[in-house]
Amino acid sequence: MLNKRRVLTLLVPFIIFIIGAIFLATPLLKGSDPSKLDSALIGQAVPEFTLQDIYDADKQYDASIFKGQKMLLNVWATWCPTCYAEHTYLNKLAKQGLYIVGMNYKDDRKKAIRWLKDLNDPYKISLFDKSGMLGMDLGVYGAPETFFIDSNGIIQYRHVGDLNNKVWNDKLLAIYEDMQ
Amino acid sequence: MIQLNKVNKLLPLLLAACMILFSHASQAAIDTFEFENAQQEKTFHELTKLLRCPKCQNQNIADSNAELAKDLRNKTYELVKQGQSKDQVVDYMVARFGNFVRYDPPVTPATIFLWLGPLLFIIFGLLVLIRQIKKQPAKANNLDDQEQQKLQQLLKQHAKDTKS
Repeated sequence: MLNKRRVLTLLVPFIIFIIGAIFLATPLLKGSDPSKLDSALIGQAVPEFTLQDIYDADKQYDASIFKGQKMLLNVWATWCPTCYAEHTYLNKLAKQGLYIVGMNYKDDRKKAIRWLKDLNDPYKISLFDKSGMLGMDLGVYGAPETFFIDSNGIIQYRHVGDLNNKVWNDKLLAIYEDMQ
Repeated sequence: MIQLNKVNKLLPLLLAACMILFSHASQAAIDTFEFENAQQEKTFHELTKLLRCPKCQNQNIADSNAELAKDLRNKTYELVKQGQSKDQVVDYMVARFGNFVRYDPPVTPATIFLWLGPLLFIIFGLLVLIRQIKKQPAKANNLDDQEQQKLQQLLKQHAKDTKS
């Protein structure tokens, strides 16, 4: 009887160790990247803004463009090499009929327009955020970032890093299809 | 020998050159902010030390040279100059970048173990200690008759030995 109790008490630290080990090992084994942060804006509407069209400085947009259908908001810049890498995939998604809004972030307008002409333009609307004002309100901390916005204009997910075939099929497609 | 001497003479010069170059680089990264009063300046400096750069992860926005850290410093400056309090600025940043930007995390269900963990650890340790202490006197009386006899014998022997 005493022996049994003793074994049980000795098991307690072991169990605590196992729980701790599982807790610490899970992110390592899953390969989750600590530099990828969850957005603070999930479940919230896209913040208010007024931004110019990248092609036409006289044309202005506000947050109402994010309502009516589900869409992606892709944050990109010509100074961002990863954005170059993902651009082909964005074109592919656009061809499949996805509604993608582009936000050119802290960039040069001329360079950005040339980029879109040379590499094709996958965006239904292209916002020009020279000062990074909307970027700040969206909590953008590096390009590229892609926000998943539902038809009510609510942010459901943010992906940090490039879009590619693997990440889209493994994870993002399900998130996109779950959105209304 | 001659060559070595030459190197010896050159070394301080090289070092001096390095120092001048690097000090210049680090100076270039310091922005100048002007404040209306000392209080605002103090708030600003406290905030830039408290806020963590989301891009560079292990630096606060005062230390980091990342483009984003610069933006956050500028925003902090702007908000402080508007007369916003420390808490208001922190709330502004948390609303956009999440609790990650705080080097001083709030108590939430996810972080509660940072506070409770050590406490539970101490309580658990104390409980184990108390149980051990309680067990000990019981153990001392656990000798059977034969052992008791032997003990008495040994004690007697010991008393004799020390006397003689």
